[in-house]
Amino acid sequence: MSEKASFRSNGGVRGWLGRQPVWVRWLVILVAAVAAYMLPYIGDVPVIGPQIVTEGIDWPSALFNMSYYVLLALGLNVVVGYAGLLDLGYVGFFAVGAYGTALLTSPDSILYEDTGWKWLMAVPAALILTMIAGVILGWPTLRLRGDYLAIVTLGFAEIIRIVATSTDVLRGDRGFASIPHPPGSWGGEPIFGVTDAIPYFWLGLTVIILVILGVRNLDRSRVGRSWLAIREDEEAAEVMGVRTFKYKLWAFAIGAFIGGLGGVLFAGEQSFINSQTFVLQFSILVLAGVVMGGSGNMAGAILGGVLISYIPDRLRGLSVGDTDLYEYRFALFGAVIIIIMVLRPQGLIPSRRRAMELKDREKEVAPQ
Amino acid sequence: MLLEIDNVTLAYGRIQALHGISLTVGEGEVVALIGANGAGKSTTMRAISGLRPVSQGTIRFDGEDITKLRADLRVIRGVSQSPEGRGIFPGMTVRENLEMGAYTRKVRSEIDEDLQRAFTLFPRLKEREKQAGGTLSGGEQQMLAVGRALMSRPKLLLLDEPSMGLAPMLIQQIFDIIVEINQQGTTVLLVEQNAQQALSRAHRAYVLETGRIVKEGTGADLLNDPAVKDAYLGVA
Repeated sequence: MSEKASFRSNGGVRGWLGRQPVWVRWLVILVAAVAAYMLPYIGDVPVIGPQIVTEGIDWPSALFNMSYYVLLALGLNVVVGYAGLLDLGYVGFFAVGAYGTALLTSPDSILYEDTGWKWLMAVPAALILTMIAGVILGWPTLRLRGDYLAIVTLGFAEIIRIVATSTDVLRGDRGFASIPHPPGSWGGEPIFGVTDAIPYFWLGLTVIILVILGVRNLDRSRVGRSWLAIREDEEAAEVMGVRTFKYKLWAFAIGAFIGGLGGVLFAGEQSFINSQTFVLQFSILVLAGVVMGGSGNMAGAILGGVLISYIPDRLRGLSVGDTDLYEYRFALFGAVIIIIMVLRPQGLIPSRRRAMELKDREKEVAPQ
Repeated sequence: MLLEIDNVTLAYGRIQALHGISLTVGEGEVVALIGANGAGKSTTMRAISGLRPVSQGTIRFDGEDITKLRADLRVIRGVSQSPEGRGIFPGMTVRENLEMGAYTRKVRSEIDEDLQRAFTLFPRLKEREKQAGGTLSGGEQQMLAVGRALMSRPKLLLLDEPSMGLAPMLIQQIFDIIVEINQQGTTVLLVEQNAQQALSRAHRAYVLETGRIVKEGTGADLLNDPAVKDAYLGVA
C-alpha cells in the first residue's frame, strides 16, 4: 500500500510538519525550544509535573546529566546513524574533552603553572584535541569495516581509560580537582556556581541547539549525501565517485568534536574528574540510546539520550514492597531497552531511510 | 585503445585471484568477459574501477596510467561501474539514486538532461521515480543500476552481471538497452555468466578461467568455438 507513497507524503507528525508553510515550522520549533528552556520548572506544572519530577530526583542535576547524554547521543548519531560506522568506544572522546579541559585548568595538572587557564580558554584547545584524537583513531582504522571497526574503537576507549588510570600525568583515581566553572556573573553572584545546576542545563541546552543546527546543515549538504551513500552501500558509493575515506574521517572527527563538547561541559560542571568516570558501559549506554531512539534521526537520538539518562533517575525512590527499584535500575533499564527493540527495531522515532535499509538487509539475510 | 590492461595480478590476502591478465577495450566497442563462478570476472572489474588495488601490472585508461589512481578520480576520468549485485541505495528514492550517479558532476542543466535520458531509456524508472530503491523488483533495480552508472557520462561503462537474477524476457530487454547505449557512443565492458547473450551482443570477448585469460576473439567466433560451446553454452 505504502509502496507508491513518496517519503514526504507520509503521515505522522513529521509528515504534517513537512507540509506546513515555513513560518509555521519555525514557530513550532521556537515553541519547542522555549519549552525546553523552561524544563527546570516542569515540576510546578499540576498533574504531569509530579509524575516527571518525583521526590527522589534532583531535577536540575538530572537535567544537566540529560543535556550531556543528549550531546553524546547527537555526536554518536553522526558516526553511527549518518555514516553507518559502528563506534563502541565513543566515551573515549568524551574523556579526551574532559581531560583536555582538566589538564589546562586544574591546579592538579602538571601544566598548571604554565597555563592555569580559565574554563572558557581551555574549551577550544580541548575540542581541537578531541578532533585530533578522532582523526588519529580514524586514520588507520577506517579502512576496516563493520565488526572490525567496532572492536578497534572499543580498544581505543579502553586505552584512554587505562592510560588515565595508570599514568602519573593523568593522575588515575586521584583525578583532577578544582576545574574552574564556566565564566559569567549576575548581580555580583557567579552564574555557574556549585549549588545550582540549572544554569549548566541552560548552557548545555544552548550547545545542543547549536549542534543540532550545525549537524542539520551538514546532513543536508553534499557531506550528508555522501554519508548516506556510504552507510547504505559503501562500495556503490565509491564507484559513484564518493571519497569514502575522507567522509568517514569527517564523520569521526565531527562525532569526536561533539563528544568532546560533552566532555568540557561535564568537566566544567563537576569540577572534578578521575579515571572512574569514563567506563566502557558509558559508550554502550549512549549507543543503546541512539539505537533505541532511532539511529540516523536527530529527534530519535535526542529522545534516546533523554531516556538513557532519565529512566535510571526516575526509578530513584520507587519501591515495590520492600525492594527499592533503584537497586535494580540497570536490570529494569535493560528490560526496557529489550522491550523497545523488540517492538520497534527501527527505534522510537525512526529515520525513514533507515527503516527502509533495515528491511533491505532482512531481504539479504532471507531472500524471498 | 580506451582501456589497456597489461599483465595485471591481484590477490585477496594469500589467495591469488588474477594471474596476469591482459586485455584491451577500444573506443566504441562492446567487450564481454565470460567465465564460470570464481574465474575472476568481477575481480577484474573491481581492479578497473579501483575498488581493489592490483599487485602487479598496469591499467591505462584513455592514454593515462590509472593503476594507482583513487576510485573517485577514475569516475571523474570517465570510468563508471554498475557493481556486482547492483548496489542500489535502498533508502534513497529512484531519483536520488540516479542523482548519486551524477555525484562527480556540477552542471545542473546537464544532470537534468541526463535524468531525462535515463527516464527515456527506462520508462519504468520514471513511474517509480519517488519510490525507495529497496522496494524495486530485481529487474527494476538492474535498470536503475545501469541508468545510475550512465549518470556520470562515462566514456567506459562497466557492467557486472547485468542479467543476474532476471527473467529471460528481461534479459533480452536489458541487452537491447546495452546495445542502444553503445550505439549512442558509450564504450561497454561487461561481465556475464549468460555467455549466449553476451557473445551474441558483443563485438569482442575474452574467456576467463581461474584468473587467466584462456581465449579471446570476436563474439561470433567464440559462439562457434567448440570448446566454448561445450563449457559455457550448454550445448554438447
